[in-house]
Amino acid sequence: MIKRIEYPFTEEKVRALRVGDAVALSGRIFTGRDRLHQELADGTASPVGLRDGAMYHCGPVVMKEGDGWVVRAAGPTTSMRQDPFMPRIITNLGVRVIIGKGGMGEATRAACRENGCVYLQAVGGAAALLAASIERVEGVHFLQEFGPTEAMWELVVRDFSAVVTMDTRGRSLHRTIERNTRKNLKMLLEG
Amino acid sequence: MKKAHWEKNLVELIRRTSTDLPADVENVIRRALGREKKDSTAHNFLSMMLKNAAMARRESVPLCQDTGTLSFRFTVPTGFDTNGLASLTRSAVAKATRLGYLRQNTVDSVSGELYVTNVAPAAPLMTFLQGARKTVDARLIMKGGGCENVGQQYSLPDVTLGASRDLEGVRRCVLDAVWKAQGRGCAPGVLGVCIGGDRATGYAHAKEQFLRKLGDRSEVKVLARLEDRLTRDIRKMEIGPMGLGGKTSSLGVKVGTLSRLPASFFVSVSYMCWAFRRRGVLLGPEGGVHRWVY
Repeated sequence: MIKRIEYPFTEEKVRALRVGDAVALSGRIFTGRDRLHQELADGTASPVGLRDGAMYHCGPVVMKEGDGWVVRAAGPTTSMRQDPFMPRIITNLGVRVIIGKGGMGEATRAACRENGCVYLQAVGGAAALLAASIERVEGVHFLQEFGPTEAMWELVVRDFSAVVTMDTRGRSLHRTIERNTRKNLKMLLEG
Repeated sequence: MKKAHWEKNLVELIRRTSTDLPADVENVIRRALGREKKDSTAHNFLSMMLKNAAMARRESVPLCQDTGTLSFRFTVPTGFDTNGLASLTRSAVAKATRLGYLRQNTVDSVSGELYVTNVAPAAPLMTFLQGARKTVDARLIMKGGGCENVGQQYSLPDVTLGASRDLEGVRRCVLDAVWKAQGRGCAPGVLGVCIGGDRATGYAHAKEQFLRKLGDRSEVKVLARLEDRLTRDIRKMEIGPMGLGGKTSSLGVKVGTLSRLPASFFVSVSYMCWAFRRRGVLLGPEGGVHRWVY
């Protein structure tokens, strides 16, 4: 069963999600990568309110069309690089949904539990499919400063597919799988 | 050289590589889908990968937004103007970027500034070989940063892995690399392995394995056996698509070798994500297409 969640992503909504849930996310989301996370964590004011918002670890391929923008490809990028910055962004700015790939570390796991935030794993590489769930580009911030890949794109999505892999109870599917596969590895090395 | 022909067909090579998943890769993903339980995350993710491939092909958009490092390998006839071809390739890359087949993806490592055309020193990467044919054999591999970051190089013996300087040692290294990668290289990926060489040639040769089709086996018997064994072993790890568990943890293993110095024994493991972008074309002396490969 797919759980639908819609912006704003309130604490109540995200606390109802569990590791392993397939979700379809709709509404406003923001992209951000290394440059943006570092700036926000260091205290640069966000040009938009992030409370109850979603941060998508993604550097899309975006084309100018007329006065607007069209996203051609937008899959997730590796989230782990943002692990040093994410807890401050969750705590200070109120982000409640992180979308990315590969999961995040202990610092973010703790911040998710304490503040009520979830991590969603999207399918890495499925950039055309995920771009098709973007209805429109509402705006872009830091385009001049960071360039199009690192910029903060404001997107409106409809039924964006992902799986909850870190929830508000402090569970992480990434950690579980790492542990299980370590056992399998050990067996293969001994056998 | 008919400049316009060459440029047009090199842009087409880039477009196909970026947007059109090779049939051998797609077939292996389809077979993997049949092994996973319906409604499992593994099944859902694999079917999304196939949907993505179909959509990217139909709409001519990049399979993955990280359009990666572009590595061209040209095999040219005797006396062919490789400098001319290099400059045509660079302009084809700039054009493919303007057309949205490539992301602005090339960053100056000191200033952090973007090369907006993706043309920079050593970018795109080009290797020229001389061949016996009258045509130019142009191959392109595009490899993103996520899977590049999970590559590993081992120097044997490795005490913690219990890996000595033999094929069993190599097997241990590859399994360790796959475990360390988890889903982060966009599993299920393909493992390119090189036994021997030095630190630079080892990785280069490991990546060269990605030019092989997934269906082929090493011509060296013991290496073919190692490839099969590793494919079976990796399945038992149950890392699964994107590292969320499942029966499919890789799409294949390709092992090559280079000679080494007596003092060195490197095992280099390169990881290619499931969005395996590899294409090739044979071009005539005027830049016309003889045929597409893969």
